[in-house]
Amino acid sequence: MKFTLKIWRQKNAEAKGAFVTYRVEEISPEMSFLEMLDALNKKLAAEDNDPVAFDHDCREGICGSCGMYINGHPHGPVPAVTTCHLSMRHFRDGETIWIEPWRAKPFPVIKDLIVDRSAFDKIQSAGGFISVNTGAAPEANSIPVRKKDSDEAFDSSICIGCGACVAACKNASAMLFVSAKISQLALLPQGRVEAKERVRAMVEKMDELGFGNCSNTGACEAECPKEIKLTNIARLNREYYKAF
Amino acid sequence: MALAGLFLLLFLPVHLIINLMLLSNDPEPFNRAAHFMASFPLVKIFEIILILALLVHAAWGVYIQICNWLARPTAYASGNKAPTVFFSKFMIWTGLSVLIFLVLHFFNFYFIRLGLVPGDPKDFYSVAYTLFSVPAYNYIYLFCFALLGLHLYHAFYSAFQTLGLNHRIWSPVVNIAALIYSIVIPLGFAFISVAIWQFR
Amino acid sequence: MGELVSKIPDGPLAQKWTKYKSSVKLVSPANRKKLDIIVVGTGLAGASAASSLGELGYNVKNFCYQDSPRRAHSVAAQGGINAAKNYQNDGDSVYRLFLDMIKGGDYRAREGNVYRVAEVSNDVIDHYTALGVPFARDYGGTLDTRSFGGVQVSRTFYAKGQTGQQCLLGCYSSLSRQVKKGSVKMYPRREMLDLVVVDGRARGIITRNLITGGIERHSAHAVVLATGGYGTIYYLSTLAVNSNASAAWKAHKKGAFFANPSFVQIHPTCVPQLNEFQSKLTLMSESLRNDGRVWVPKSKGDKRPANGIPEEERDYFLERRYPAFGNLVPRDVASRAAKERCDAGYGVGETGLAVNLDFRDAIKKQGRKAIENKYGNLFEMYKTITGKDPYEEPMRIYPAGHYTMGGLWVDYELMTTIPGLYAVGESNFSDHGANRLGASSLMQAAADGYFILPNTISNYLADQIRVPAIPTDTPEFDEAEKGVTEILNRLISIKGKETASSFHKRLGKIMWDHCGMSRNEAGLKKALGLIRELREEFWQNLIVPGSVDELNMELEKAGRVADYFELAELLVMDALNRKESCGAHFREEYQTPDGEAQRNDAEYTYVAAWEFTGEGKPHKLHREELKFEEVEMKVRSYK
Repeated sequence: MKFTLKIWRQKNAEAKGAFVTYRVEEISPEMSFLEMLDALNKKLAAEDNDPVAFDHDCREGICGSCGMYINGHPHGPVPAVTTCHLSMRHFRDGETIWIEPWRAKPFPVIKDLIVDRSAFDKIQSAGGFISVNTGAAPEANSIPVRKKDSDEAFDSSICIGCGACVAACKNASAMLFVSAKISQLALLPQGRVEAKERVRAMVEKMDELGFGNCSNTGACEAECPKEIKLTNIARLNREYYKAF
Repeated sequence: MALAGLFLLLFLPVHLIINLMLLSNDPEPFNRAAHFMASFPLVKIFEIILILALLVHAAWGVYIQICNWLARPTAYASGNKAPTVFFSKFMIWTGLSVLIFLVLHFFNFYFIRLGLVPGDPKDFYSVAYTLFSVPAYNYIYLFCFALLGLHLYHAFYSAFQTLGLNHRIWSPVVNIAALIYSIVIPLGFAFISVAIWQFR
Repeated sequence: MGELVSKIPDGPLAQKWTKYKSSVKLVSPANRKKLDIIVVGTGLAGASAASSLGELGYNVKNFCYQDSPRRAHSVAAQGGINAAKNYQNDGDSVYRLFLDMIKGGDYRAREGNVYRVAEVSNDVIDHYTALGVPFARDYGGTLDTRSFGGVQVSRTFYAKGQTGQQCLLGCYSSLSRQVKKGSVKMYPRREMLDLVVVDGRARGIITRNLITGGIERHSAHAVVLATGGYGTIYYLSTLAVNSNASAAWKAHKKGAFFANPSFVQIHPTCVPQLNEFQSKLTLMSESLRNDGRVWVPKSKGDKRPANGIPEEERDYFLERRYPAFGNLVPRDVASRAAKERCDAGYGVGETGLAVNLDFRDAIKKQGRKAIENKYGNLFEMYKTITGKDPYEEPMRIYPAGHYTMGGLWVDYELMTTIPGLYAVGESNFSDHGANRLGASSLMQAAADGYFILPNTISNYLADQIRVPAIPTDTPEFDEAEKGVTEILNRLISIKGKETASSFHKRLGKIMWDHCGMSRNEAGLKKALGLIRELREEFWQNLIVPGSVDELNMELEKAGRVADYFELAELLVMDALNRKESCGAHFREEYQTPDGEAQRNDAEYTYVAAWEFTGEGKPHKLHREELKFEEVEMKVRSYK
């Protein structure tokens, strides 16, 4: 397969970026999107040109490192996959592919397709935890948890923090990310104790960092590679009102 | 935002019911209803809340929109193709269009009643008939209600979401209600205008 | 360096840890504030160590190369985490877990360490549950478990196929809490490029800021490495592609012994390689073997679609060879059995390098729903990667490099041979012997970080309370920084023709072919020569575009590959030295007539700890004899 790539190149955070056109050939349909970029980078590097910088690590869809905006979609046009799992068989031979970094004020571009997502860590450390010291935990089975709640908490907890929700949202809102963590901890008895403090602190931090507001378009849910549900956002709202 | 919006949602059916009286050949019921709405004390209180709700809803909406634009300083070259309800992304535009219509609407009716604009506050029936006989007014009217419908569809269910009122069984019901509401209400208003314009 | 002292406390096995804890030196809360600790790595071991030490009141600086601590590769562990809770009433106990680990590790691990891990395993589960880790539960609200390879009890706690992610996010949350409190300071996107040793003690690290390229100095009273394993030495492995051994290797070159480097676990159930561009092999959790049956056709080169091969023409080779454990034999055994069948020409798929993992019978018996509940996300993942539906046809799997039992040598206190330098989690060698059992890595990493290190590190730090904050403007730091800069400049100025990844791939192939699932003397010797040749070529013909003082991923890769060349050589040396087969280390010369591993307890019941003696000089071998006081050494049999 052959492709024309329009890739956002930006030397560093201060530099002005622009799209640069590349052509790649001999791409096998079994390759992942990142492997296609690896092939491009190998060529660039061998010619002593600066390869395209992008975040990536586990390459099995769980670490949340990778993420680029491909043809109008975070992680590309296939639902429920991360960029590392996006297979080239989903593209037409000869297609032009636009590749951009996440765009959001709280996610400034560092280089090329790499953005700074430390805002997520800041939200997490504002309150995304249960305050229990090592050694202070009670016997695991001393607090039974309804299976339904536990399963639901799990469904919320599988967020990988990639930022696709922010990238997809027309408002660059982080509500889906925040709500996933709030939901997980709100659904478990262990997390209820400090539920009020948690939701206030996390929402406050999220607003302070300059993320946009939720206008319920559902783009985040549609583009989330882990299929985190919008119902989490409703729960976040509920928890937030209850916290005052 | 959602609360103010929900209040506005409650008001629209009342307005529609009164407007339906326009279809009667006798101006009396409509004018009486209009007068009742203008003079009954309890309604007065509601009116104040309603105006406040409208102002809060509009001002807050604009403010949030500006924040949201600031949150994405650079747009995507390849656009945003997330599969969502199409008009949910354009609430600010449908909202602003409806707002412009409301200003026009206020000039035609509400400001007359307040004495800000010349006219007979006792006979809104005639005012309505006069306006609906102008084709251009009808076109604007119909267009704005179409936009209102689109605004309402997203607004209705998303208000519940924003208020955190989601439920395994009831949320789908709310979605259906939103669809029905956002079709029936604008259609009702549109029907009145077309009926007067074309058949009277 | 003198004799290796493992510092295992005296007394009965079950009392050792308790005895140690009650006699260890402590640091008072007021003094902890004055002590700085560097933790490198934010996986299960690193994040748990950093957060626990932060809770205790030490000043912790925590480093990771990723953009966020939540991305460390522990996140990818799938199947579960072991604990001796005996919630199933199936005869489990701390002692049984200990026994299984000792046996699973083929009697090449320390009794004292292994017993301790088994002992604190229950606390780990309690702690994670309290942190809000949503482990699977039963309808009554209590925790569920499942059974895992190599054992006969059900002691594995799990959160679908994402246990590692959930445990890591638990650690990340406790770490975040300390970050908020200010007791832990995070340094993401930093790569440790050297260890600084002052007067024989670990006193700091040199890091490269991966965004600016800036070289930074960080000092502390103690340094903890939680930098994971070196499985990416095979290029294709189940590890994150950026996982590397550089931090551990630099520490090794500064004096920390490297133990049992050739003990590398090849995981049996991975998605086979589909094409030559592939950058990574994805693991399919071992838990799949609970319900999936492994088979190949009975006739050679049978290329019919799997579903078209009738029952009587299928060879369920694990069930055939190991009737007692069947598909649940330990990983090394399963991997070798698969390799044996493929090498003999019975492999499936285009390459012939794959075996079937079939769920047909399980789906028939338990229903699709039940299978979906247990493995839904794994099946989805398989389908995403291969485009094939495992509900309809068998999965194809093949072994891949996965976990390294070897690592930095540590004593009972998890301290390396450099005073003040600790190694936790996969980066140390201590608990898994020659082979790790499934669901034990999360257990060991969390045990090390949450419960063991915080208790042992005070024994060292108690003597450090009068040492003021370590200055970084000393000759030791100057020299370390100079060394780092020199290597970076050297790498970038070669300006040859071949990229670091390309060299890495070639190195990986040498290692996989000659020092992978099975090894022999001729192959190992050949590998040594090939590695040296390739290394030579690397330093002649590498190309790294860009400059040192900017974000430069090619430079990062080049540095890691350069270290891998050195480690690869040691790995092969260790494999050559160990003239026996044990656990994952299978020397073809040493096998029973029916192809099972044959240990040589008389000569090799020791930990091989290698000392770096200088560039270009041979490593020096130190032996730590393993004493088995509690367990009788037996032939490991799963028949």
